[in-house]
Amino acid sequence: MSKLRRTMLYVPGSKPSMIKDIYIYKPDSIMFDLEDSVSLKEKDSARFLVSEALQNVDYRGIETVVRINGLDTEFGQEDLKMMVKAQPNVIRLPKTETAEDVEEVERIIVELEEEYGIEKGKTKMMAAIESATGVMNAMSIAKSSNRLIGIAIGAEDYVTNIKTKRTPEGTELLFARCQLLNAARSAGIAALDTVYSDVENMEGFRKEVEHIKSLGFDGKSIINPRQIEIVHEVFTPTVEEYEDALQVLDAIKRAEESGSGVISLNGKMIDKPIVERARRVIELSKIN
Amino acid sequence: MDKYKIDYKDKGKIKRKNKVREDLEKVIDELEIKDSMTISFHHHFRNGDLVGDMVMKILENKGIKNLTIFPSSLTSAHDHFGQYIKSGLIGRICTSGLRGKLGKDISSGILEEPVIIRSHGGRARAIISGDEKIDVAFIAAPHCDVQGNANGFQGKSPCGSLGYAQVDAKYADKAVILTDDLTEEVALPYSIPSYDIDYVVEIENVGIKEKIMSGATRSVTNPKELLIAKKTAQIIEALDIVKNNFSFQTGSGGSSLAVTKYLKESMIKKNVVADFALGGITGHIVKLHEEGFIKKLMDVQSFDLSAVSSLKENKNHFEIDASYYADYSNTGNSVNRLDVVILSALEIDTKFNVNVITGSDGVFRGASGGHSDTAAGSEVCIVVAPLVRGRIATVKEKVLNIITPGSTIDVLVTDHGVAVNPNRIDIIDKLKESKVKIMDINELKDMAEKITGKPEKVEYTDKVVGLIEYRDGTIIDKVYQVKQ
Repeated sequence: MSKLRRTMLYVPGSKPSMIKDIYIYKPDSIMFDLEDSVSLKEKDSARFLVSEALQNVDYRGIETVVRINGLDTEFGQEDLKMMVKAQPNVIRLPKTETAEDVEEVERIIVELEEEYGIEKGKTKMMAAIESATGVMNAMSIAKSSNRLIGIAIGAEDYVTNIKTKRTPEGTELLFARCQLLNAARSAGIAALDTVYSDVENMEGFRKEVEHIKSLGFDGKSIINPRQIEIVHEVFTPTVEEYEDALQVLDAIKRAEESGSGVISLNGKMIDKPIVERARRVIELSKIN
Repeated sequence: MDKYKIDYKDKGKIKRKNKVREDLEKVIDELEIKDSMTISFHHHFRNGDLVGDMVMKILENKGIKNLTIFPSSLTSAHDHFGQYIKSGLIGRICTSGLRGKLGKDISSGILEEPVIIRSHGGRARAIISGDEKIDVAFIAAPHCDVQGNANGFQGKSPCGSLGYAQVDAKYADKAVILTDDLTEEVALPYSIPSYDIDYVVEIENVGIKEKIMSGATRSVTNPKELLIAKKTAQIIEALDIVKNNFSFQTGSGGSSLAVTKYLKESMIKKNVVADFALGGITGHIVKLHEEGFIKKLMDVQSFDLSAVSSLKENKNHFEIDASYYADYSNTGNSVNRLDVVILSALEIDTKFNVNVITGSDGVFRGASGGHSDTAAGSEVCIVVAPLVRGRIATVKEKVLNIITPGSTIDVLVTDHGVAVNPNRIDIIDKLKESKVKIMDINELKDMAEKITGKPEKVEYTDKVVGLIEYRDGTIIDKVYQVKQ
């Protein structure tokens, strides 16, 4: 089964108290942020802190991601240098607009891997898309590098860019979400949804998670450990879904044993996509 | 000779004794308080206590020396009491808690005699047994009649339960009520009966009611506290404690408060209700009571204003005194029938000993409270604490001071894992059948040390600044003066 990325938990790179043991909340991925959550004065110290943490703290096998500052800022290059050396699993690029943005970062990563003697291609990447241009280029971005494990939508900048604001229904994001999702699926990488910033509104959060799950997203960036439980709950198959999936797999097994070509269950034909979905449900159930 | 002697002389109407005095100074004059006497007051107003200082000021002006002060606890309202030690007014202190500036002062050695730290139950035991004799109890009471019937839930400054003061009123040689709501009408229901009271004084303000809150009404949003609470609730469920008519006590710390929320979910799931909740009562507990999840509340101390109004309004919210609550020598005490208690810890060691009185620097910054009482009496005692606070490890090889012996602590829940006292094979067996993963407490200690590094040892002098008395009256630890 492909790596689960239901929850990617943001941790400000400037907060040692959170960085030191953020793994206790068991998100699927931890994302150390050097970008927007770190003030200009703290950019350097955050970079050192995250680098030290990555090399000294045992994150218990949880995927580590670092969101660096853009290469168009004075911090981007230095971030990249230290992070490639510190070796998180993934480096996340902010505000990606074109495939070239990804390619440029990749070129630097290649050089750094060589310089540090790191196995070529080990440093994975993901790209956050946060503008209308980025959304329109989603497909080429998604396919721009073999290192890309996923693309994510950053909604706050995007809605400002398209001259609107976020609503509880999320209609304004529907196009971007679908565009991104299809690009990711076409490229065979993960699609991650944006953050939900009102941490007190758990009901609204749950609705949004249900919505993005139904659209097909793999998961969501989150800003508070309290949000993890809800995402994992929503992404966990229900008992009925699990039992249905078991029946599907059982029907296939029986059909294979009896050499029957056509498989049916309770009068309905079972075809390949149904089997694939059933397998996914069983795998997800096992994890939970 | 007729064995029945008749005496018909001197019969007549009783001359009523007027207990009311116009000011506190008059009462103090009449009481003839002398050097080296013991006076008490209560901490039901916590940081909002006004009476302790009011009394001390007058006694200081009268030139009294070497008093023993015997409050049920000391709070930030008594931060400046070091000045009364330096002036010679205070010569000895017995309390449950010691913190803030006064805690630092005592730890630095300004008091010649060691402070005696007792649990709430232990204090009641010491009074009732006669180990400690209170000469005069000064009791702040939010509502009182001219005869001295008093309660804590009426008046303009209600503080709720007067559970600690009830013992003082009953056993002190003399008891004085200070109230800002004096009434001619008989004050019923009473918490303190008139027959225990000798004097009543009206004062402007008996305490600041807003300050009784120890942060206990807040809704818990700290993810770490929620994580610990959830694990704790899982354990309680796995141990099959949540049954019809079970009982519990939770503290006012974040994790402890949040456990209440998960307990409710558990009760709904199992379709059961609790018989009683004990101890310091919070708004969270009151809500569960009002929703029908807890039949009775037994309240020795009201932690917030919703608990205060509940005590007044809800007929199954009962006030209990400190002896009934937790006194070791009281065979009918309530802690002995607790199914589960959730407690906090400043430090816990690999022998499960808990420190809630001194910080990692060895300085007084906590309170014994009902910690050791409930740990010993309850069927299951769970300590909840983060593995590390700031840069300080909570789980250590050896605690600096012991308030509660590890032999009475059953489970430790931290944000990094759960450990069970090896003595509780029954709990270990039950948890092994559940999803809860048990770790060795030494593993947790190692994890904490890995995060914080090994701290430098606290340096002490030979001077003993505190004695920790266990609930049975034995001394279980000494607190030494911290080297400056």
